Amino acid sequence: MLGRTLREVSAALKQGQITSTELCQKCLSFIKKTKFLNAYITVSEDVALKQAEESEKRYKQGQPLGDLDGIPVAVKDNFSTSGIETTCASNMLKGYIPPYNATVVQKLLDQGALLMGKTNLDEFAMGSGSTDGVFGPVKNPWSYSKQYREKRQPKPCEEEEGSGWLITGGSSGGSAAAVAAFTCFAALGSDTGGSTRNPAAHCGLVGFKPSYGLVSRHGLIPLVNSMDVPGILTRSVDDAAIVLGVLAGHDPKDSTTVQEPIKPFKIPNLTDVNNLCVGIPKEYLVPELSSEVRSLWSQAADLFESKGAKVIEVSLPHTCYSIVCYHVLCTSEVASNMARFDGLQYGHRSDIDVSTEAMYAATRREGFNDVVRGRILSGNFFLLKENYENYFIKAQKVRRLIANDFVNVFGSGVDVLLTPTTLSAAVPYLEFIKEDNRTRSAQDDIFTQAVNMAGLPAVSVPVALSNQGLPIGLQFIGHAFCDQQLLTIAKWFEKHVQFPVIQLQELMDDGSSFLKNEKLTSVSLKQ
Amino acid sequence: MAAPLLRWGCPGRRWALVWIDRGSRLRSRTPTLPTTERTRGQSSGTQQPLHTAQKSRKGEHKWAAVVGLEIHAQISSNSKLFSGSQVCFAAPPNSSVSFFDASLPGTLPVLNRRCVEAAVMTGLALNCHINKKSLFDRKHYFYADLPAGYQITQQRLPIAANGSLTYGVCIGKKQSQMAKTVRIKQIQLEQDSGKSLHDDLRSQTLIDLNRAGVGLLEVVLEPDLCCGEEAATAVRELQLILQALGTSQANMAEGQLRVDANISVHHPGETLGVRTEVKNLNSIRFLAKAIDYEIQRQINELENGGEILNETRSFDSKLGCTVPMRDKEGKQDYRFMPEPNLPPLVLYNSTSLPAHADIQQVVNIDQIRDMLPELPSTTRERLIQKYGILPEHSFTLLNEVGLLEFFENVIKETRAEPKKVTNWVLNNFLGYLKQQHLAVSESPVTPSALAELLNLLDSKTISSSAAKQVFEELWKGEGKTPAQIVSEQELELMQDQEALEQLCHAAMEGHPQVVTVSYRSQVFMGQLDTCPLFLLHPINNPYICVST
Repeated sequence: MLGRTLREVSAALKQGQITSTELCQKCLSFIKKTKFLNAYITVSEDVALKQAEESEKRYKQGQPLGDLDGIPVAVKDNFSTSGIETTCASNMLKGYIPPYNATVVQKLLDQGALLMGKTNLDEFAMGSGSTDGVFGPVKNPWSYSKQYREKRQPKPCEEEEGSGWLITGGSSGGSAAAVAAFTCFAALGSDTGGSTRNPAAHCGLVGFKPSYGLVSRHGLIPLVNSMDVPGILTRSVDDAAIVLGVLAGHDPKDSTTVQEPIKPFKIPNLTDVNNLCVGIPKEYLVPELSSEVRSLWSQAADLFESKGAKVIEVSLPHTCYSIVCYHVLCTSEVASNMARFDGLQYGHRSDIDVSTEAMYAATRREGFNDVVRGRILSGNFFLLKENYENYFIKAQKVRRLIANDFVNVFGSGVDVLLTPTTLSAAVPYLEFIKEDNRTRSAQDDIFTQAVNMAGLPAVSVPVALSNQGLPIGLQFIGHAFCDQQLLTIAKWFEKHVQFPVIQLQELMDDGSSFLKNEKLTSVSLKQ
Repeated sequence: MAAPLLRWGCPGRRWALVWIDRGSRLRSRTPTLPTTERTRGQSSGTQQPLHTAQKSRKGEHKWAAVVGLEIHAQISSNSKLFSGSQVCFAAPPNSSVSFFDASLPGTLPVLNRRCVEAAVMTGLALNCHINKKSLFDRKHYFYADLPAGYQITQQRLPIAANGSLTYGVCIGKKQSQMAKTVRIKQIQLEQDSGKSLHDDLRSQTLIDLNRAGVGLLEVVLEPDLCCGEEAATAVRELQLILQALGTSQANMAEGQLRVDANISVHHPGETLGVRTEVKNLNSIRFLAKAIDYEIQRQINELENGGEILNETRSFDSKLGCTVPMRDKEGKQDYRFMPEPNLPPLVLYNSTSLPAHADIQQVVNIDQIRDMLPELPSTTRERLIQKYGILPEHSFTLLNEVGLLEFFENVIKETRAEPKKVTNWVLNNFLGYLKQQHLAVSESPVTPSALAELLNLLDSKTISSSAAKQVFEELWKGEGKTPAQIVSEQELELMQDQEALEQLCHAAMEGHPQVVTVSYRSQVFMGQLDTCPLFLLHPINNPYICVST
């Protein structure tokens, strides 16, 4: 049952094949079994069980609230959850219990979803590995999959130390691991430069970043307000569409959400792609791109072409400035957003009390890790009066150019862009931490970040396993606010690639019971 | 309550008017002799040009002062600028604080429509250009009562700009009015901060966030002012305008109107001097005092070979001087940044209004213009036109809260001449109020009572001295009507001509010498024939009064 998609299990709940409480308990037991993955910071067992009980009642009365009623979900620990600790994986917010729910969390709860817990991340979502949080790194469930174990060439020393595990990608790595390890059916991530799509690609999931303004940010503890969006991690495109349908829409508490009423999301089965124009941005073909990803990207393009779509090369000429531009804008907003963490109202407060200023300084030194402090320092530097024109204003102008690249391409008749999501499959932790956070983030966000600059919808869809048996995802980028069209194309693609289900039998004592009979199709891309 | 110093013709402050007359010139003075010098300035004649006075002190430099003001007016609104918390003066500490006001992580600002309308209305009243598109910015600094670590303001593109404020200054002994204008650079919407209460004894600071996030209008004046008096008058006029509009209660004692003054001095014709900023002036009287003190301090400093530091100072009202503010030392870089959570604020006029716009979501400038009430300058003009009162009286009527309404209510109910009413309201009524430190609303005498009294006077039922006596009786607030008082105390004038004549004759016969003297002087003045009637006050006045 746990291996099913959200849509399937929702149907099972409606048909009475399983009760909300049973489903909740199964997920809770999986959370316990996979505790070593470090996917969750807080497991809200009591809350989830209580919600399950209420959900069960509703099903018994034949009045479920909707498709999400009784569905276990997880939420990244940078969304405010009323009465449940929300830490952002930072010492600064350890022990902070928000008095309100983020709008997206509230919307999930209003639909009867069960909140299993809060998932791990890089501190304040600053990172691309989910390795830089105060609660330790998240381990990629695929490290323990049958597919990976059979195919990898183990290095003896790593094996001895038990440290051969892979990163999930980030910063929503906890949410990705939680969904990939069957502890829930959907999870909320956040996506500022690729933080939802990147771990989705590394964990073999669908990772959806909605158009900026379609989904409320109220209650999402911000990284970069002008780029942040709540992201959705699921095991299928349909599931992502169901969750998006619940989350999308104007929120009076977020002035940047669009006013227009949102129609219900229905993702039709696309029967043919004859009228579709797929753009392949040539600037995304970078030397660092692994040959495997490159090959799968090319095969995917061929698939569209072979099915009748028009596939053309397009140019996004300002792509190469994206990383440095993002660096300036991101750190500037970070410097500003982090100013509120002064130890006075909530969160950590240093014992040093010789003066208010000394207390601020000590609180912030103790509360933030090096990555956060580094970004605050850079950001404040860029915002100084003497630097503002040269850095911030220029970066804003470059951002406009990057956004215009997309406008131009979409204006030329392209329906969707097809790109890699990541340079390669997930790498082992020990290899990942050889580079510092900034270098890693710069490398890993390369395909995903420009989308945030332009506020476009994008989705990473798992395509195939690498030679080492690790998932690889490809990204589709759509027109602004054409999220439904984007997901429709992604669904068509998903159906044609038949990505295999993760084999975690070795991890789970009773794993075979729920995973048997599941499809284990190998890559079926047409040459 | 109006600051008494602002009322025209306050003798102790007339020295300042000299400077107004001469534009922005100031003369250097030695620090030890300020009062003497002030007197001297006055005695040299308020109409006398300043350079004449300076000729008598050869070799001294002339100084000019430049004063610019930043005025923060709390917007009169039910809820805060970006949150739904109530705005309420003197509420229990931290009782009106939303999650946003406390800057809980993840909360976002939502702009209050009422505050936008108040800003537009104020901008229109101050002849500003209203920007159809304005932007919000973050201004960063760490302070305990600024929970987010930044204030949301409008630094780059404010809601209104390029306006002007016209105010009247009085010139000379006759206190005739002269209109002066100060340019308004901009009006911006911004958040107020919370309040810090420092407990030095226990070395702790207590924070009250009730005020945090309340909407402010920051009105930035160009440095067109030259002394404390001018600044005070301009601020008073702005205060009246805001109150007339209802966009701010603008009560300085309650902190709804706060003024920061930028002050510098220089020699005319030379470049402007280094300026200091005197912050948080919370009464009009202190504003004038602080500016004049600071101008003099800078002059003294420079004359003694010192230099002026670009610093922030505060006004010590007890010592009557400005002192450097310790916690604002060093150069502040506010690291301005666009507020990413608020889209540009777009306003419409009737022609640009989108066809299917949701009325709740748009602000129409033209509609607000149509709603503008009568502004103080127009009110004064109307009073002068309608009632024929003097311009300076029109100022006094407006300066005192509630006085104009009182005046107009009296006018409505009395047959007495407006001039008579003006005299009574401004002299007797206001005099009593001042004497007892009462506001108009606290007056024991109602407009109707005064109107009735004036009717009695007008119909010559009582004499004017009797009227004063009745007024004094009314002031006791015992609920008697003027007619009752008149009848109880038998204050009526005698109307029976025969009885009067008899009394007159009796009086004249009893005082033959007085009659002779009086007769001669009247004949000399040639007025006896035109004198229609001898009147005798039956009780109080044993002497014959001659009514002309």
